[in-house]
Amino acid sequence: MKEYMMIFRNEKMEGEMPSAEQMQMVMQQWQSWITAIANQGKYSGTNRLLPEGKTIKPNNIVTDGPYMEAKEMVGGYLVVKANSLADALEMAQTCPNLVYGGNVEVRAVMTIDNDPNSPSFLQEKN
Amino acid sequence: MKEYLFLFRGGDGSTLQKSSEAWQAHMQKWMSWMGGLAEQGSLVSAQPLNTDGKQIMGTKKLVTDGPFMEGKEMVGGYLMCKASSYDDAVEIAKGCPILDFEDGKVEVRQIQEMTM
Amino acid sequence: MNDPSNNISKLTDHLFRHESGKLVAVLAKVFGTQNLELAEDVLQETFISALQVWRIKGVPDNPSGWLFRSAKNKAIDIIRKNKFSIQMDFSDSERALLKSEYTLTTVMDTMWTDEAIRDDLLKMMFACCHKNISIENQITLILKSLCGFTTTEIAKAFLTSEETISKRLYRTKEFFREEKIRPEFPPPHQLQNRTAAVLKSIYLIFNEGYNSTNSDTLIRKDLLEQAMYLCGLLCSNQHTQNPEVYAAMALMCFHAARIESRVSSEGEIILLARQDRTKWDATLIAEGNDYMNKAAFGNTLSTYHIEAAIAYEHCIAETFDSTNWQQILNYYDLLAKLYPTAVVILNRMTVLYKIKGGLEILPELNQSPYLYEWEKHYLYHSLLGEIYSSIDRVKARKSFEKAITLTQSDAEQKLLQYKIEQL
Repeated sequence: MKEYMMIFRNEKMEGEMPSAEQMQMVMQQWQSWITAIANQGKYSGTNRLLPEGKTIKPNNIVTDGPYMEAKEMVGGYLVVKANSLADALEMAQTCPNLVYGGNVEVRAVMTIDNDPNSPSFLQEKN
Repeated sequence: MKEYLFLFRGGDGSTLQKSSEAWQAHMQKWMSWMGGLAEQGSLVSAQPLNTDGKQIMGTKKLVTDGPFMEGKEMVGGYLMCKASSYDDAVEIAKGCPILDFEDGKVEVRQIQEMTM
Repeated sequence: MNDPSNNISKLTDHLFRHESGKLVAVLAKVFGTQNLELAEDVLQETFISALQVWRIKGVPDNPSGWLFRSAKNKAIDIIRKNKFSIQMDFSDSERALLKSEYTLTTVMDTMWTDEAIRDDLLKMMFACCHKNISIENQITLILKSLCGFTTTEIAKAFLTSEETISKRLYRTKEFFREEKIRPEFPPPHQLQNRTAAVLKSIYLIFNEGYNSTNSDTLIRKDLLEQAMYLCGLLCSNQHTQNPEVYAAMALMCFHAARIESRVSSEGEIILLARQDRTKWDATLIAEGNDYMNKAAFGNTLSTYHIEAAIAYEHCIAETFDSTNWQQILNYYDLLAKLYPTAVVILNRMTVLYKIKGGLEILPELNQSPYLYEWEKHYLYHSLLGEIYSSIDRVKARKSFEKAITLTQSDAEQKLLQYKIEQL
């Protein structure tokens, strides 16, 4: 089992806020999706992020707002355990974020090796 | 104490990796930065991400291969920590070794507490 | 013809004895003492892969370096696989960094430096010599996990069954699991007492090798060597070096210097009077002397100090007859005053017998408050046998016969039998 991170992105929010009922329905969709992953023992952690944020660049430059250059912003993430990227992708297919015009980026946790003789180091290269 | 997510962008380490000394020195910086957080009990988790990946888009669930954006915009890793305020989290982020790279960036975001 | 694969297994056997303690100690630091078994498994796997790889590719220039690197890489893989396992405790700040790929290999490199590992071995010694672990269990775990002994070898050394040894190991590991014992140096105010406890275990291991004439010569030599290696670590570490440690090291040097001449090639004990003194190891005696000088600092006068002084007197006597018994008696008087035990007083009587003869000491011997304890000790009956052999042959024979029933050692029994025949 390897670790994968799903990054949820949405276009920066403009216009009307959704109603309380709409919000509740969305929340339930998220909950049942995550529960299904947890039931397979593949859940590791998830969070939603507040839209406010700052970005820090070298030389102590702090800019307001989440990362400005992208037209979309990261709204949350989920870390899962999966056997392969394909396996993780399959889980992502049913992610509620896709229903509301967002997207999901799926990325494997990178292994960093200092020792070129280690088995994992060799595996990575194969 | 609230939880914050740092998203790392830019800071491609592949040139550094060519010299094992420079690479190890850089990784030492990560160890002492994160070690400091762990000692205060503020570190929750952190992982670097592989550069290849896939993206699923919209209701049609269209799968595209990475890279889906320019390297310097791509999320290269994350760290979750606890901090007493947003400003405190920004201060912590300023010590991140990704900022040793010209194009390195840390986006600091607070975890949203769900109220239902 | 030299069979290369035979040489390789000889080399790995040697390395197992000498490096497995450090390897287990660093692996136990990484996995936590509650996973000591896992650390031992990784150790076994490391040696198995060494045998396999070295047979094909040849022995590397630095075989120990190869072993440590290989064990480290195996440990990294295990950490990656067990990141989510409740078996592993990542709660302390150093091990928290093992969970992140940003820091995993860098932390492992830091943990794997030579100095860190030497400290780990001592820290594990402190963990093994925890006050709530019985002394037999302490020694058993030290020999198994930190000295590379097999269960069979330990059972032989202690004249007990393998089952007993396995039970002892199980109990101690269970204790580690339940109490989540961390290998670490004790706080300054406990350092002296806890170092003394570690030293006690080490000295018992040494004694086992020195006295147990029952087990085979190789095991005995390894016990001595390992005890002296561990004591050497205490001597060279700034946390643990103290006069008592130096004195114990000196004592071990003086004893070890004479080991070759003490037992014949047939495994029979050679009495001090008949030992070939040219076989005594002058280098070890000189080393012992150096440690004695270091032990002289401070106000401590431990049993090790006095016993080392006694052993030194024997070492410098050119012949048995020129032994300075009066000086040795003075040391025993001091020992009897400061640390009176049944065995110390009995040994003092033996020296007194050498000086004054049997008739003089019999009354003192018969009125001793330690009589009750001596009754159970073969040395007492052996001494009585010696004393009576010139006075009353029947009593002498009875005493020697009684002594034979009280020792488990073949060599001791043979020696006593020989004395009966000489009557």
